[in-house]
Amino acid sequence: MDFHDSPAEAAFRAEVRGWLADHLTAEYAALGGVGGEADETGWDVRREWERLLGAHGWVGLSWPKDHGGRAASFAEQVIFQEEYARANAPARVSFFGEGLFAPTLIQFGTDEQKRRYLPKIQSVDELWCQGFSEPNAGSDLANVQTRAVLDGDEWVINGQKVWTTLAHRADWCFVVTRTVEGSQGHKGLSFLLVDMHQPGIEIRPLRQMTGSAEFNEVFFDGARTPADHVLGPVGEGWSVAMATLGFERGTAFLSRQLAFQREMQDLIDAAQKNGAARDPLLRNKLAGHYVGVKIMQYNGQRMLTQMSRTGAVGPEASIGKLYWSTWHRAFGETAVQVLGTDGLTIRNDAPYELDALHLTFMGSRAETIYAGASEIQRNIIGERVLGLPREPR
Amino acid sequence: MNFAFSDEQEELRRIIRQFLEAKSPSSEVRRLMETTEGYDSAVWSQMAEQLGLQSLTIPEEYGGQGYSFVELGIALEEMGRVLLCAPYFSTVVLATNAILNAGNDAEKKALLPGIAAGETIAALAFTEPNGKWDAAGITLEATNKGGEWVLDGTKSFVIDGHTANLIVVVARVAGTSNTDGIALFTVAGDAAGLTRTPLATMDQTRKQAKLDFAGVKATPLGEPGQGFAAFSKTLDQAAVALANEMIGGAQCVLDMSVEYAKVRVQFGRPIGSFQAIKHKCADMLLEVESGKSAAYYAAWCAAEDNDELPVVAALAKAYISDAYFHCAAENIQIHGGIGFTWEHDAHLYFKRAKSSEIYLGDATYHRELLAQRIGI
Repeated sequence: MDFHDSPAEAAFRAEVRGWLADHLTAEYAALGGVGGEADETGWDVRREWERLLGAHGWVGLSWPKDHGGRAASFAEQVIFQEEYARANAPARVSFFGEGLFAPTLIQFGTDEQKRRYLPKIQSVDELWCQGFSEPNAGSDLANVQTRAVLDGDEWVINGQKVWTTLAHRADWCFVVTRTVEGSQGHKGLSFLLVDMHQPGIEIRPLRQMTGSAEFNEVFFDGARTPADHVLGPVGEGWSVAMATLGFERGTAFLSRQLAFQREMQDLIDAAQKNGAARDPLLRNKLAGHYVGVKIMQYNGQRMLTQMSRTGAVGPEASIGKLYWSTWHRAFGETAVQVLGTDGLTIRNDAPYELDALHLTFMGSRAETIYAGASEIQRNIIGERVLGLPREPR
Repeated sequence: MNFAFSDEQEELRRIIRQFLEAKSPSSEVRRLMETTEGYDSAVWSQMAEQLGLQSLTIPEEYGGQGYSFVELGIALEEMGRVLLCAPYFSTVVLATNAILNAGNDAEKKALLPGIAAGETIAALAFTEPNGKWDAAGITLEATNKGGEWVLDGTKSFVIDGHTANLIVVVARVAGTSNTDGIALFTVAGDAAGLTRTPLATMDQTRKQAKLDFAGVKATPLGEPGQGFAAFSKTLDQAAVALANEMIGGAQCVLDMSVEYAKVRVQFGRPIGSFQAIKHKCADMLLEVESGKSAAYYAAWCAAEDNDELPVVAALAKAYISDAYFHCAAENIQIHGGIGFTWEHDAHLYFKRAKSSEIYLGDATYHRELLAQRIGI
């Protein structure tokens, strides 16, 4: 047990810190801390910033070296995230590509597929979106009905996806489709890679309770993709999709806890400014959230040490996902309470525009739903970690 | 960064667990909790002689093994898991750390070897009958009468205060107020003028006593009047230690619940297949794992003796106080009627969870402490 940097880790930290100090300037620095993976504020500048990161090898940090990565250890990834947060650098735009698709591609893709897609993710030339949920496949994801049929050397795709975050920004979509006629449940699914810029795809924005529309409905009406644009074996898409969800619940959220620490400090500052911090009950609540965000850090460090030893994300990642989403939701509720009567008004009501704390208050309601609702995480924890019997079906 | 125990530490855990499973089964816990002393002196000696548990963290120059707080945390977690009935927390955590923090070299040389050898049982008397132990609440008076210090007043809720042969007393130099004038002393358990009354404790596995001091002659531990920092640090270390002990108990009640949920059949299926029970167990696991992260990290900070200790001590005690009690309460609910019986062990953990929650301050207390320490 040792929380100090090793000499190699300290050197890596110094390199990251130095690079950020040299490059995070002017318009990039001005965007400090703005946005999130589902928040488009400052999008174009953030994308330029990410291109700069990519050009210097800071995108795809964990990828193998022969695929353009640095083969960074989990500890180095954490160090990068820590320094990135410390420098207050802009939120990243390529969460779905770099964070979800790339690790799945590295695990399941052919060399040819990796050569085709990874460089474009690193250069931020291609952004991705996630085609999982459907109107009748939410928590029951295996009930996917979107179908793909081979027509010569192309898949023809028909169906509908929903809650597709930033589909309107994406160049590509990884789509879970039913490719075996008459199959049911998790059998007969395939993980297809589909170009979003084609006539067979229609994207309709879905306005959220926050007033903005980062997510969408995506309609596939005879959309096409080449026969070899499938990740993993045809009909075995479920295990590929589960791996993606594992990354989404595990490593992809390393940076989240650091953003939460910043939000925590912002709320403490707000409470001191408006006097709420003098209220004994609110002080207690704030301290309770502080306990929560620090434990999130310690949990993450324990999970990373474990992952460094086993090399894989286990079902324990569900504990982390359940924890941070529940914490953030409660934190958002306190945030508005701290605002008091000021919480009754927002920045602008036409269009409906929220301040940061209101955005947390509302946005966090999605977090206990996406990437597997809290109830699903509890099932996974109960059945796969604790070994409790499955519900009879 | 490495957040895992070493192979040697895991081996230490295995050895302690093996010993405690043999020496402290439920039947022994139940036998000892009915006695006034509340421990088995033969097992206490074996703990010292066979495992060296009393000497674990005492530096080698004072007769100990010089292990860190991380190893102490492991020992405590295992003790909490089986509800060991022994004056370990009082002797090795409270009194030993008070002596290490407050004492000078000669005092440590005089007091610690006896503890390390398992010969001295020691207690730390700090809470007063009003339930307070903060600087303002300490009123037991120390008076210097012709070069000799004399104590007058009452301490209560003193863990193992009736069986200790060495008592470390947190007192106030007469005529001082608040943090100025806090002074630590030692007195023998059988000192003249000291009346010790065992208390009937809600949690029978941890004994407490009321100590009345009437003109008791006492030996200073460190410089009288300069004891506040040492006492405050002792409390932080004790909070970390208790948090580690508590998380062992929390893991045990989770294990009991999961085991029962797998075998208890109602409506033709194991109750653990119902989401109502499964989700309770999942939440308990989340709390136990999160509690472990906090407890272990806090133990490391205590081992490093770094600046984070006051913050993480309050943080860990706050979280684990709520988590342990919640898990112990859910354990009764999951067991249904059998969980409410005297025969089942669920109530022993439930009571220990509540007594540990309240001892050294509950979650609300520690969140306020934390708020002050992080500048809210």
